[in-house]
Amino acid sequence: MQEFRYRQAKTVESALRANGTYLAGGTTLVDLMKLNVLQPALVVDVNPLPLAQVEALPGGELKGGLRIGAMVRNSDLANHPAVKQNYTVLSEALLSGASPQLRNMATTGGNLLQKTRCYYYRDTNYACNKRQPGSGCPAIDGFNRIHAVLGGSAECVATHPSDMAVAMMALEATVHTQGPGGERAIALKDFYLLPGTTPEKENVLEPGELITHVTLPAPESGTRSHYLKLRDRAQYEFALASAAVVVRLHGRRMERVRIALGGVGTRPWRSAEAERSLEGREATAENFRKAADAAMKDAKPLKYNSFKVELAKKALVRALETAAQTEQRG
Amino acid sequence: MSTSIIGAAVNRVDGPLKVSGKAQYAVDHTLENLAYGVGVASSVGNARVVRVDASEAERMPGVLAVLYHGNTPPLYRPAERLEHSRAGEIRPPFEDDQVYYYGQYVALAIAKTLEQATAAAEKVKVQYEVRKPAVLLSEAGKPEGPPRVHSSRGDAGGAYESAAVKIDETYTIPVEVHNPMEMHAAIAQWEGEKLTLYATTQGVLNYRKVLAEVMGVPLEDVRVISPFCGSGFGGKLFPWPESMLAALGAQHVKRPVRVQVPRSMMFTTVGHRPLTKQRMRLGATTDGKLVSIQHDVEQPTSMVDEYVEYCTGVTTMLYDCANVETRQDLVRLNVGTPTPMRGPGIVPGMFPLESAMDELAVKLNMDPIALRLKNYAETDPSANLPWSSKHLRECYQRGAEKFGWAKRNPKAGSMRQGDEILGWGMSTSTWHAGRGGATVRVRLNADGTARASCATQDIGTGTYTIFAQVVSEKTGIVLDKIQVVLGDSTLPPGPMSGGSTVTATVLPAIAKAADQAVQRLLEAAAMTPGSPFFTEDRANAPKLAMTSGWVHEADKPYNSGVPFDEILIARRLAALDGEATTEPDRAAQEHYSFHSFGAQFMEVAWDPGIARLRVTRALTVIDAGKIINKKAGTNQILGAVAMGIGMAMFEEAIYDPRTGKPINNNFADYLVATNADVPRLECDFIEYPDYYLNEYGARGIGEIGLAGVAPALTMAIYHATGVRVRTLPFRVEDAIGGERATIV
Repeated sequence: MQEFRYRQAKTVESALRANGTYLAGGTTLVDLMKLNVLQPALVVDVNPLPLAQVEALPGGELKGGLRIGAMVRNSDLANHPAVKQNYTVLSEALLSGASPQLRNMATTGGNLLQKTRCYYYRDTNYACNKRQPGSGCPAIDGFNRIHAVLGGSAECVATHPSDMAVAMMALEATVHTQGPGGERAIALKDFYLLPGTTPEKENVLEPGELITHVTLPAPESGTRSHYLKLRDRAQYEFALASAAVVVRLHGRRMERVRIALGGVGTRPWRSAEAERSLEGREATAENFRKAADAAMKDAKPLKYNSFKVELAKKALVRALETAAQTEQRG
Repeated sequence: MSTSIIGAAVNRVDGPLKVSGKAQYAVDHTLENLAYGVGVASSVGNARVVRVDASEAERMPGVLAVLYHGNTPPLYRPAERLEHSRAGEIRPPFEDDQVYYYGQYVALAIAKTLEQATAAAEKVKVQYEVRKPAVLLSEAGKPEGPPRVHSSRGDAGGAYESAAVKIDETYTIPVEVHNPMEMHAAIAQWEGEKLTLYATTQGVLNYRKVLAEVMGVPLEDVRVISPFCGSGFGGKLFPWPESMLAALGAQHVKRPVRVQVPRSMMFTTVGHRPLTKQRMRLGATTDGKLVSIQHDVEQPTSMVDEYVEYCTGVTTMLYDCANVETRQDLVRLNVGTPTPMRGPGIVPGMFPLESAMDELAVKLNMDPIALRLKNYAETDPSANLPWSSKHLRECYQRGAEKFGWAKRNPKAGSMRQGDEILGWGMSTSTWHAGRGGATVRVRLNADGTARASCATQDIGTGTYTIFAQVVSEKTGIVLDKIQVVLGDSTLPPGPMSGGSTVTATVLPAIAKAADQAVQRLLEAAAMTPGSPFFTEDRANAPKLAMTSGWVHEADKPYNSGVPFDEILIARRLAALDGEATTEPDRAAQEHYSFHSFGAQFMEVAWDPGIARLRVTRALTVIDAGKIINKKAGTNQILGAVAMGIGMAMFEEAIYDPRTGKPINNNFADYLVATNADVPRLECDFIEYPDYYLNEYGARGIGEIGLAGVAPALTMAIYHATGVRVRTLPFRVEDAIGGERATIV
């Protein structure tokens, strides 16, 4: 760990003015600082910011949607009654992540910016294009079992590790920020960047820009959702493949479907192909399987992760089956 | 108190200290002027150190010294066989300029605080002349020298050739890492020429010997203290570099130095279970009688040590078979030196043996228990000796009944339950029952308490408690008035905590020492004026006894006498000691073969729709003689089964062939079983005391619970999925397709 300066911000404005690296739950930042992967000169602690509320947006009930402060802890969000009832997929995703101790620290804003678990990114003795642009990618010819099969480039195949972000992707969340250039709202689907030739640039945030909150659209009646995470062991492991599904059924017909996959993409992976293949069709095993094939059509497995293609399909099919059977909630 | 305290379910006497945080582990010892040593680990796996530049580090705040090869006089080597001492690595740190494996200590920064030492260690620049490391079995050369193990009885080759039914498969177990919760650590303090080492160890006496040898000082000038150990699993039997570096550093900076191994270095510098590639050939008749077993093992060791994982021993004794041949070859890799890990030899040897037995059962269409009974060894075929006590048949039977084995449909994939398919597997389990020598002192104090002491140690298994149990049994003093002092090399010599031998070794010594102390107390009662039992007429003195902590006439109730402390007070004694040394019965050792046995039954649930495998039931039935403490005993077996779930399903150190680094060197990436992966575990003891081993009939149980878990689980996985896992651990790609990382 390198020496750094530390400052607490009491207001969003003072946080922005400080012009440093924001510290929220610290579950990624502190970990990577200890490994010298991140070496901020100034750490700006945003924990005192008044951004820890979950509240319904104006409109009565949840008609206006839900607003989640950036400092809301993962465990609080997962157990919030409005989230459990109306955004089941999000609660399930949060509870499948990390460990209770980590979830008690990790925040909504921080989790969106969670760093990859790639072995090589985390070790400064290795080259890594994400950590040190242009230095190379040891994962592509290395042990790449946990790496991405979708969205990778010749420069980077690291997976985005967040479960929460996958669920939010399926919920069509919007990220709200404040930065030197003022406030803006960014649809989550436009928030993450593919690695391409610039894997160090993971999202569209500008330097100094701070996530203040996330909004979720109003839950539509008749909507069912589910998050399924598959991994080697039952707890405390990143997804090998996961699926978040939000389905609105009319009888057995799927009117509206939103699908995102985790553990397989370089970013939380929204699959428009899978959604299109299902909308307007019957909720049948055969259609689910077709959607899964469509979702993974462009997968480019590496030497040791070809199993992820089939595993992701299985996750998606089962998540759809489960959601389509779930009693309507809320 | 009656003798029922032996065999009862007793709470740990050290439990309150542990849960209240008062138990002093190695780094909990606070010493004045303590300095901190932080290692610089090599970031390459095979190299020559060209230059160490510590100039920047040495100038940093709080830094006292930076030690490395070239600025530090070399340590001596441990004497090993010559002195029955053993270090983890024969090569002491900084001996030469070579890097033999990734993560080797190349320097040690010592500073006034841990943070300062950590910062300084990061600033030590090491220039290497790098060579390509060899970390995969395929990168090793041909086996070096003769086979390290070669045994043969009958004509295994010939019998195999003419056998009606044959199995010929190769099984691989990757490197597994002990990773006890408490990382290796030592604080060294010199007072003149005398060294005190606060360590976390499974053997205070072995640590003392090795430290005396490497530091070149007389044995009596070294004291090793380890009152508590956050477990070792074999990894703390022999001292590793951190102990030596603490001693070296403390000598250099003339103040106590603490060196704690960080979790990442727990994967490289403190041993591991070595990779083994094992070919198993079985020949049998069509009705399942084994006619030939051939077991060949290829195993890497480090560049500096010869460590042989003795996998083939169990093959020669487990089943009745006239023709058995075993062979073990060693190759060298750029990895640290392997070391015993819970159940060394037998645990990795049982996986191929029991897996091959199941493959044979499938081929013969025979029940796996029936196959094992068909080849039941009534005597030890490897030694031509009767067993001291063997009730394995009853283990199979009781296990089968409790598990419901009769309901098993042997067809793979046949036992469907909703989305899931159940798989059932079973395995034999075994461990050799050892006993050594020990000296124990038992002291009866004038304040009504007792004390027992011995230079063995409690590594979390419950040794403190059995000491107290035996003293209580012999004196009737209640447990909370009995102090047990272990983990200090100045105490009467006791055993290393390894090989499941401590219980069988110390019980007779505790009993004899306690008897002696009681005997002396009764003598004092008869000969001390002021004692109610004082008599001049020694010839006609009534026979005395000690019961419930009271001294009384043997034929009268105990409360007709007096509490024992009154005798000591009457004689103005602070205490009376008994001390005894006991050794195993050599005649019995020559005439019997000592082993424990067990049967393990596992159930997995396989959900093919999502390729998810979970362990859902685990039952172990153990024949290990008398169990002294049911709670601690059950805890040992259940803990071992949880570890076995990790071995079968999760654990694997993955080395990067480019650097030699185990790239999953942390607890997020090196998977062990979490609570969520472990179902409710069941353990049953069938208790036939083994009086040939000791008067309590108790055998050790630290390791046997692990021996059959992996083969029983892979058998259950086969039964559920139809996929035979011959390379541990199970991976989802085994079932749904996909290449696995190369380790061999």
